[in-house]
Amino acid sequence: MSDLTKLTIAQARDKLAAGECTSVELTQAYLKAMEAGRDLNAFITETPELALQRAKASDDRRAKGESLGAMDGIPVAIKDLFCTDGVLTTAGSHILDGFTPAYESTVTANLRDAGAVMLGKTNLDEFAMGSANITSYYGEVKNPWVGADGKDLVPGGSSGGSAAAVAGRMAMAATGTDTGGSIRQPASFCGITGLKPTYGRCSRWGTIAFASSLDQAGPMTQTVRDAAIMLQAMAGHDAKDSTSAPMDVPDFEAALTGDIKGLKIGIPAEYKMDGMDAEIQALWDQGIEWLKAQGAEVVDISLPHTKYALPTYYIVAPAEASANLARYDGVRYGLRVEGDSLDDMYMNTRGEGFGHEVKRRILMGTYVLSSGYYDAYYIKAQKVRTLIAADFTKAFEDVDAILTPTAPSAAFALGEKQEDPVAMYLNDVFTVPASLAGLPGISIPAGLNAAGLPLGLQILGRPFDEETVLKVAGVLETSAGFTLHSGVED
Amino acid sequence: MSYLIKGETCDWEVVIGLEVHCQVISESKLFSGASTLFGGEPNTHVSVVDAAMPGMLPVINEECVRQAIRTGLGLKAKINKTSVFARKNYFYADLPQGYQISQADKPIVGAGTLTLDMPDGTSRDVGIERLHLEQDAGKSMHDQDPKRSFIDLNRCGVALMEVVSDPDMRSPEEAGAFVRKMRSIVRYLGTCDGNMDQGSMRCDVNVSVRPVGSDELRTRAETKNVNSVRFIMQVIEFEAKRQVGVYDNGGQVVQETRLFDSKKIETRSMRSKENAHDYRYFPDPDLLPLIFTDELIEELKAELPELPDDRKNRYVGDFGLSPYDAGVLVAEKDTATYFEAVAEGRDQKLAANWVINNLFGVLSDRSLSITESPITAGHLGELLDLISDDTISNKIAKDVFEVMLETGEAPAKIVEDRGLKQITDTGAIEAAVDAAIAAGPNQVEQYKGGNEKILGWFVGQVMKATQGKANPGQVNKLLKEKLDG
Repeated sequence: MSDLTKLTIAQARDKLAAGECTSVELTQAYLKAMEAGRDLNAFITETPELALQRAKASDDRRAKGESLGAMDGIPVAIKDLFCTDGVLTTAGSHILDGFTPAYESTVTANLRDAGAVMLGKTNLDEFAMGSANITSYYGEVKNPWVGADGKDLVPGGSSGGSAAAVAGRMAMAATGTDTGGSIRQPASFCGITGLKPTYGRCSRWGTIAFASSLDQAGPMTQTVRDAAIMLQAMAGHDAKDSTSAPMDVPDFEAALTGDIKGLKIGIPAEYKMDGMDAEIQALWDQGIEWLKAQGAEVVDISLPHTKYALPTYYIVAPAEASANLARYDGVRYGLRVEGDSLDDMYMNTRGEGFGHEVKRRILMGTYVLSSGYYDAYYIKAQKVRTLIAADFTKAFEDVDAILTPTAPSAAFALGEKQEDPVAMYLNDVFTVPASLAGLPGISIPAGLNAAGLPLGLQILGRPFDEETVLKVAGVLETSAGFTLHSGVED
Repeated sequence: MSYLIKGETCDWEVVIGLEVHCQVISESKLFSGASTLFGGEPNTHVSVVDAAMPGMLPVINEECVRQAIRTGLGLKAKINKTSVFARKNYFYADLPQGYQISQADKPIVGAGTLTLDMPDGTSRDVGIERLHLEQDAGKSMHDQDPKRSFIDLNRCGVALMEVVSDPDMRSPEEAGAFVRKMRSIVRYLGTCDGNMDQGSMRCDVNVSVRPVGSDELRTRAETKNVNSVRFIMQVIEFEAKRQVGVYDNGGQVVQETRLFDSKKIETRSMRSKENAHDYRYFPDPDLLPLIFTDELIEELKAELPELPDDRKNRYVGDFGLSPYDAGVLVAEKDTATYFEAVAEGRDQKLAANWVINNLFGVLSDRSLSITESPITAGHLGELLDLISDDTISNKIAKDVFEVMLETGEAPAKIVEDRGLKQITDTGAIEAAVDAAIAAGPNQVEQYKGGNEKILGWFVGQVMKATQGKANPGQVNKLLKEKLDG
């Protein structure tokens, strides 16, 4: 394994600037690692030619003294939910067979314009619906970490391919999207850092929609500093997305001062669930001690509507998805399975094109929006969503950030929980509330369980206060001293 | 003048509500930058947003919003300072998103009023329930291929305003007047071109019937997409009779969607309530609510042009026209513009008479619109000037008008070239009068015997002798003087 694939973005930035390596060398190292790691199925599409072309262009810019900044020449993987100009884009679904957009999503265009080198498109749960990356038409993704018993583990989801690519050193960093935890939970399962920014921080234009009021793109990286650097390049107002926030993007890396003295960190009582894994509780307690040791004030807070978050999410997200996925009808692009009538063609196409979990969510969403059920489900869920957001607003009057576990368990074995959708949905119990409230949240790897698998802690912050989230996460990261030593040989 | 249908047991009245879809005049579509031009090659005015490509997002076209507010103001309606776009979900091949972005419980415009101008000169108010903005769908073409349908998305995503009336109309005539007035208002405002033949204005017609004297609202049937005033009236006549027939036979009218067959002049069931779509409306999470300030509404209000009702009132009050004549002149903005150009600085009643009684007949005979008139407003005005300054008589003016129609020449030139100038020279007229008296001794006897009507014979003789050019007033005066004297 090449040393080049052990570099963080910050380190690579310095080496590139110092002329100690080139983007082409970095890219070649990663392309080799991708080839070696194909059994993990982290990528749906590899784009080696495009990657080398962009790496070469980056090196040329740098040679002329025209480097575009920290991301210039950095090889990254792109979740296959972002539309990429001229590159197959699948959303992990059969129904988008052969779909090659003629446009580039705003987030990936921002990265491209910052000089980042796209290595390929990473696997994901179909239409980002899942918590284990087992619903992809392109097959399940394996976690680079292997359990003590040698069983293959899930990488989490839906950004499982991105998490596996970063943890498996097949990309220096990756983009993810998070609707209910799809960046943070796989980051936790794979022992990497995953940041879901505030809703509206990154444009949704050109990202295939799952649930429009929740979807948010973010970086998946090896370190907190890398998350700050990469988010800097991804974020920004976009007139093409009406829900994109018309705000300036602060200097995220500058927020990493390491100084959290006097910051107040909230510990929500409601996240201490009955039957919670003792190792998770222990890690959480450890996190509290680390923060206290660095001068933060830790206070107990209450987020009383937390228990309603998951059911609320599983009304709102499927409702939006049921409409968002209506466009996949076989008429204009992707899969078409002919039929004797228009309705037959729709049924054949959508019947074959969508997998079980997507169908389940379309059915749930259609049901909760149906005449006679709308008030009892959708409207009520919206009201509860408002209450959940209000819980956070109130809590943030007293605290600057909130510390929780990221997921209720470490990565589980492939094949587990597959028959029980509710057990699967419970993976997102700690991540979904902040999604409903639109808040920024980060998961950082904070320790290992007895089986040697990574566990994550989550920091949540006020809307558009990614700076505090990053600052606290940076301190935790230092305290935890976690190093990436997944199943991939170092 | 009520419109009643004779049933077997009682007389029935018809209850009509209309939903008028008006295509908004704007450069680009409601949520995309694609052109709204009509008549392009199929699928040439389509953006990636209109085609609902993956990841595409709608962005509101603010001009369409302003147009909707203007229209709301023109309907004297409440402008809702907060309104919300909602997704209306259904599958069809010409609806790429699988939902139409529309407005449900929070439309941009609330209750208003539209005043009907009836043919007898009376007026009557019809309530407007709401106006909302929505996307148009594309067009399906089923006649291009034996097996397949073709889709043209040029129209897909163009902004529509749907205006919903209260069920306030009671006859086909009132419904016709409603649509004509609606068209007139949007044309004055410049918010919709009102061209029903091009589909830029379409109508859904809701009809129910009830026994005269009852105030219940019975089950209605909705006939979709009717695209002319005549068809709308035919739909109502057909539906009213059909529904009375259903009740007379002991049946119940079912709530359903119907289609109009303009060849057979009948409506047919398209889908019943049981098969009705459940549109599953919910707020579109891709769009923020529309929120307006009072300032914006006031600014748009201040910029509104004079609307037909105000103009009609001005014509009646300031010009002394009858409400009927005023109504006819203001109905079309172009007609009113033409009339005002003719009337400018002249006798407005004379101008109105000429436009309504002379010009309209010709335009109607030749199926021309006012903008295609063979006589310009300027020339018609000059003709009126020639009458007013006694250069020609009213009768000669009609002849000149005929020549103007054929040649398009200026009236003064026609009068000059053809020597049609009125003879006001007393001497010349007197000679003709004397000749007429001399030629009709019998008629002179009759006149003196008290038959004053015979005076017309003398006038005729004088006019004949002067080729109609003698000033009729002078002729009358001289004849009377001589015959009485």
